[in-house]
Amino acid sequence: MESAFIIEKSVVIVAVFALTMLMAMYSTWAERKVAAWLQDRIGPNRAGPWGLFQPLADGLKLFSKEEFEPNTPNKFLFVVGPAIAMSTALMTSAVIPWGDKLHLFGRDIILQATDIDVALLYVFGVISLGVYGIMIGGWASNNKFSLLGAIRAASQMVSYEVAMGLSVIALLMMTGTLSLREISAQQAGMNWNVFYQPLSFLIFLICAFAETNRTPFDLAECESELIGGYHTEYSSMKMGFYLFAEYANMFISSTILAVLFFGGYNYPGMAWAVENWGVNIANVIGMMALFIKLCGFIFLYMWVRWTIPRFRYDQLMHLGWRILIPLSIVNIMITGIVLLRSEIAAYLGF
Amino acid sequence: MSIETISLSGRKKVVSNKEMTFLERLYLVAIFKGLMITLKHLFRRKVTIQYPEQVREMSPVYRGQHMLKRDELGRENCTACGLCALSCPAEAITMKAAERKPGEELLYREEKYAEIYEINMLRCIFCGLCEEACPKDAIYLTISKELVPSSYDREDFIFGKDKLVMPLEMAKKNAQLKNAN
Repeated sequence: MESAFIIEKSVVIVAVFALTMLMAMYSTWAERKVAAWLQDRIGPNRAGPWGLFQPLADGLKLFSKEEFEPNTPNKFLFVVGPAIAMSTALMTSAVIPWGDKLHLFGRDIILQATDIDVALLYVFGVISLGVYGIMIGGWASNNKFSLLGAIRAASQMVSYEVAMGLSVIALLMMTGTLSLREISAQQAGMNWNVFYQPLSFLIFLICAFAETNRTPFDLAECESELIGGYHTEYSSMKMGFYLFAEYANMFISSTILAVLFFGGYNYPGMAWAVENWGVNIANVIGMMALFIKLCGFIFLYMWVRWTIPRFRYDQLMHLGWRILIPLSIVNIMITGIVLLRSEIAAYLGF
Repeated sequence: MSIETISLSGRKKVVSNKEMTFLERLYLVAIFKGLMITLKHLFRRKVTIQYPEQVREMSPVYRGQHMLKRDELGRENCTACGLCALSCPAEAITMKAAERKPGEELLYREEKYAEIYEINMLRCIFCGLCEEACPKDAIYLTISKELVPSSYDREDFIFGKDKLVMPLEMAKKNAQLKNAN
């Protein structure tokens, strides 16, 4: 392996890591701002211009808080919980194509940490590991509220993963590949998957809300019943890690939504831009296009959070098992029929 | 018109328990409507008043913090008669009277004065009854928009004469203004 390749990949990985952390940081700021605006308030504006240093102040505050540990026999697991939540949230970003490629120093730099052909499976695998962070943390807290919150979160995430996977299958039947890079490339121009698979997009969106434990599916941490849910006993930066992981998850799932359904880095006229302005400029614009798309989804998450009240637990399970799963199976069948329409017609003798 | 159909506010709505249609059961329409309502609020004027920089517009009869008045010569008006304390519904005022000594004529207007005069700002409800009760025009509630400063210590909210009596310069300035008029 040549050293230039290692350097290139390290730079990309560090950049993606930094971007994820920065986005997670400023999502907390954006959340407060959006919440305030939707409630006719102004929001944080004292720390720096427009309150832009608020995340730093929050981080400083969390670091300076007392590190409380409950009297639990699982001291090790108590620390492992937030660590798993955080690392799984960050691992997903490895397979996301942020752009096509840049041409710098006489080599093509692929704007992706790694292009594996089972990228989507990898994403699903890592996301389902995230439930361990919550479950272990809730269990190790030695607190009934934490345990109840963790159980709720775990069962919710496990049941919505089924619908999420099934909704993506319809998409995969169309694309014929699991690689996010190829899925992005197939959507060049305005050939976005959301126009071909609107139902799949809707189911995926709802499941993404449930997977990230956001309102209206934030039963895991519902204050009125469970105090803080699985992070009741956490304080200081361990608590910060859980909250941070939630925002990192939100960022990643927004990106995946943008890549799978909204064309990823593609924008109308990209082919023209590559010809006339060169690969580099075209792809920088592409990265910005992806950024705008994912910011739109992050805003949607916040917008929904401050609009819709929380579901009841049985409603949540009803929606997951009895509506979304049959709906996505129907979607798969419709997609299959449409894809094989000529074969079916030939078989029936038309 | 029967009593069931009259709506004085014009907002009466009869609630029905009818079966929801398929579209209603999807909730997506309702969610979309809700999202549009919150979106409208996004662009609405914000109601926040950023206190130290912006001050809320006060009513012309606004009653702010108290002040113990001096006359044009800078002498304190208060004679410690106790009527303000008696009229106070919150029992926030307390005082101790003392006799004026020879040579203090420039400090106090009459022979009796308040040696200690305290208002507990945690009890005060700013009703202005003390001002109405005062026969000597000694205590009145200013239009100052400054609020009682916050503190961790209850003792800090008991305002003594050091904080209540009108500053001497202000009394002189008032006298000048009066002469000019």
